[in-house]
Amino acid sequence: MDLQFTSEEEAFRLKVRSWFAENMPTSGLSADSEGRDDKTWIAKAKVWQRRLYEAGYVALAWPKEYGGQALDPVRQSIVNDEMVRAKMPYLVGALGLMMLGPTLISWGSEEQKQRYLPKILTGEEIWCQGYSEPGAGSDLAALKTRAEIVGDEFVVNGQKVWTSGAQYADMMFCLVRTDPEAPKHRGISYMLIDMHTPGITVRPLVQMTGDRGFNEVFFDNVRVPRKNLVAKLNEGWIVANATLFHERNMLGSASGSEQRFNRLLALAKSIKRGGRPLTGDPVFRQRLVELEIRVEAMRFHALRQLTDQIRGKNPGVEAMINKLVGTELNHDLATAAMEAMGDYSMLARDDEAVLDHGYWPYEWMFSLGLVIGGGTSHIQKNIIAERGLKMPKSR
Amino acid sequence: MDFGLSEEQQQLKESARAFLSHECPAAFVRKTMAADDGYPGELYTRIAKLGWSGLVVPEKFGGAGLGMLDMAMILEEGGYAAMPGPFLFSSVLAAGALKLGGSEEINSKWLTALAEGNAIGTVAVVERAASIDPVDIAAVATKDGAGWRLNGAKMFVPYANVADFIVVAAKNDSGEIFLFVVDSKAPGVTTRLLKNLDLTRRVSSVELKGAPAERLGGGTDLFSKLIDVAAVAVAADSLGGTERALEMAVEYSKVREQFGKPIGSFQALKHAAAEIVADLEPARAMLWYAAYAQDIGAADASRTAAMAKARLCDIYSRGTDRAVLMHGGIGFTWEHDMHLWFKRARFNESCFGSPAYHRERVATLGAY
Repeated sequence: MDLQFTSEEEAFRLKVRSWFAENMPTSGLSADSEGRDDKTWIAKAKVWQRRLYEAGYVALAWPKEYGGQALDPVRQSIVNDEMVRAKMPYLVGALGLMMLGPTLISWGSEEQKQRYLPKILTGEEIWCQGYSEPGAGSDLAALKTRAEIVGDEFVVNGQKVWTSGAQYADMMFCLVRTDPEAPKHRGISYMLIDMHTPGITVRPLVQMTGDRGFNEVFFDNVRVPRKNLVAKLNEGWIVANATLFHERNMLGSASGSEQRFNRLLALAKSIKRGGRPLTGDPVFRQRLVELEIRVEAMRFHALRQLTDQIRGKNPGVEAMINKLVGTELNHDLATAAMEAMGDYSMLARDDEAVLDHGYWPYEWMFSLGLVIGGGTSHIQKNIIAERGLKMPKSR
Repeated sequence: MDFGLSEEQQQLKESARAFLSHECPAAFVRKTMAADDGYPGELYTRIAKLGWSGLVVPEKFGGAGLGMLDMAMILEEGGYAAMPGPFLFSSVLAAGALKLGGSEEINSKWLTALAEGNAIGTVAVVERAASIDPVDIAAVATKDGAGWRLNGAKMFVPYANVADFIVVAAKNDSGEIFLFVVDSKAPGVTTRLLKNLDLTRRVSSVELKGAPAERLGGGTDLFSKLIDVAAVAVAADSLGGTERALEMAVEYSKVREQFGKPIGSFQALKHAAAEIVADLEPARAMLWYAAYAQDIGAADASRTAAMAKARLCDIYSRGTDRAVLMHGGIGFTWEHDMHLWFKRARFNESCFGSPAYHRERVATLGAY
């Protein structure tokens, strides 16, 4: 055990920190999804990602031949920490960077890697994820969107739902049924679909936050070249799980929780009730510490996994809990903040009397969305029990 | 940057698991539970030969000179096995207090004997108030020539019934807390074995009436350092105990059938088990850090020790509660081993400060 960074790593951290201090966009790219339907938002967000890439701070660990720098995971984690520290706005190409990219690096053909990876890095092509369907949520393998082979192409018909970013995405990584006769997990293929293809209709859905963050996507005889198939025909389920693994680690990331806790603690200190700050209330004080302990534990848990990654150890049950624990912790932090605000928690985020710049009402709702997205907590627990503890399958 | 166990630490843990599964299975624990003194002497002779007794004792006093993170490997496995006897209190706490505050003379006498397996030490902090808060400590130390005399009534002193020496927390005239070493056979020391709920443990009351004592160095700081070491040690035992309870419940759920299926196929049980894992794994990483922070004297050593104690004791109590429930009726019997860990979780929770007490320490240290 040695928690010291080398002097090169410390120097690197300072360089990253000062770059963010000088280059962070000051307006027009809020941290929540407000304004994301707006074309100028997307244009600005793409420009920001490109600048970040050119500075060398996007997907540092990717292979050099696809535009990465093949740097070690420690550098990547330093950049991640600094991004959170600098309160960097949502990265418009996040799904490509964090989910599809690593999946393609493992499973894509050479041609696919050459064609797609560099544009994921620069933000030139934005990706969305075509997984859930009206009849396939937790039971994802029940998906029905059909792809039939006609000559050199697939013809896709069906519907996806809860598709975040489909309203501005250029491409979709998508699960389709290619063999309706096979057992459900064995008739699924993984393909890459150009969102500008005729026959695709995107219909926005309004989230409980009031924002239009996700969509329904309809496919009506959409033609997709066969070369857009990732891995083999009918073997998409295993690729899908690779992407889900990356998604769950992204959603359960510990890095944002610490910032949220600090924000919650500052809020609690600023609220005076019964003649003392809320941090002096023995009950709320205990609750705050419980949350802080969970946040700290997740920080150490992430360091442990980073070390395992450096040592080349395959992830085990400890990685399966990230999504469950990380998303529930973030929601618990936001819930505590809402309770701390008392009657002020009645207010919508844009009322002028709202506390803490209206951060918490949105965060409180959105964080619950992330407890659901990427596989609900219930599904995560099934995975931990069945794959981690080898408890018998119920289905 | 390397946040993980070294190869030596992993080996230490694996060898401890192998040794205890052979030498200290549940049947052996039960035999010790039934004995009056609760002390498995032969096991402790073998432990001393393995070098565990003196693991954290400096080499010049016959120990291995290792640190708290190394010791956490053994403590975790001791918790996993529900190892009975004074190991934690003697080889971690009493040894730790002497290592930090003992004079050359005291250490040559007690620490060397402890490392060799020829002496058992323990620590006496708590009194009738059942609290480790300095406010609740009333025992008084008065100067007597070159030495000191202690007066007071200690409670819940682990293994005072078999200990050769006791490290006692007492106040001087100005109300400052210091640690003192008392020979348990000295005049003015009377111990009474209390009846324990958790029979893998023994506690006694210790009456001190003008008992002769020697003061440890290190000032008032030493008391809070002892509490930190105790917090980390009990947390490590709790980590291992939770692992064991989870393992037993999961294995049982794979073989016990109801409704024509193994009960482990039902989501109610899967979710209960998964929640224990979700609590346990991040807490494991936190414990590693808390132990490491003790070793390097990190600025946040007290804060993270308190965090680890609060979190792991909560997890142990909740985890064993659920593990008993997952067993159904058989888990409620004396015959089944589950209650060994269920009761030890309760012991650990109160031992050296409740989770709520340690959370308050975290708040104070963090300037809430």
